[in-house]
Amino acid sequence: MKISCKDASCICDKSQYKEASFLDIVKLRFHLLYCKVCRGYSKKNGELTSLCDRAGLTMLSEDDKKKMKRELEEKL
Amino acid sequence: MANHKLQPDNWVDLYADYLFNYAVSRVSDAEIAKDLVQETFFAGLNSAKNFKGDAAERTWLVSILKRKVIDHYRKINSKKGKAEVHINYSSDSEAEGDWLEQQVADPFSKDGDNILENEELGSAIQDCISKLPQKQALAFKLKTIQGMGTEDICNELDINPSNLWVMIHRARTSLMGCLNENWF
Repeated sequence: MKISCKDASCICDKSQYKEASFLDIVKLRFHLLYCKVCRGYSKKNGELTSLCDRAGLTMLSEDDKKKMKRELEEKL
Repeated sequence: MANHKLQPDNWVDLYADYLFNYAVSRVSDAEIAKDLVQETFFAGLNSAKNFKGDAAERTWLVSILKRKVIDHYRKINSKKGKAEVHINYSSDSEAEGDWLEQQVADPFSKDGDNILENEELGSAIQDCISKLPQKQALAFKLKTIQGMGTEDICNELDINPSNLWVMIHRARTSLMGCLNENWF
């Protein structure tokens, strides 16, 4: 049941993308009960996720970038 | 101050996403934003000889993009007939009979503030992302912004899942540090 801080932070990262299994999350919760450092990390990690959601970030797709590069190179 | 040089070969990799975000938040249309970014790169190329080197490359490109955004709005507003504005005191029948004061925007609404704040937040995050090593930044962006699956990213970047999670972890830790001062 006990996991290391390294494992805990990894599960925490995965859970930000909803990719942690239920058992992992139980392990993480248990770890957080007694580990203050990971509690801090976990809280900040969640905040970072919500900040990223709130900011409505966008990016260009790889295809768009390739096309841009090609057109730019033609002009060079 | 360091003398900056232009390196157009790297423009797309380094600045395309940043400029794209900037443009999208101002014209709210991905296709138009994409065109504006491309035009910005072309314009930058054409006037590269005017670049004095006293601003960073990105700042210089943003200033070009700003002009492009303004030009875009000028263009769409120049069509005839657009200038004609009809105001109906009450456009929907439900509001009929309400006082005019009740039909104007709510002065206590926080929507405007929120939009502004989110825009600032967006550029703060973009700033921090651009400080990351390039591969880390790409992994983080694919995962967080595009929401790609772990397997797909691994195939694309040619790494294994634990590599990816280490990269994501490092990126997240750096971002927390970078955003710490203003946003937590």
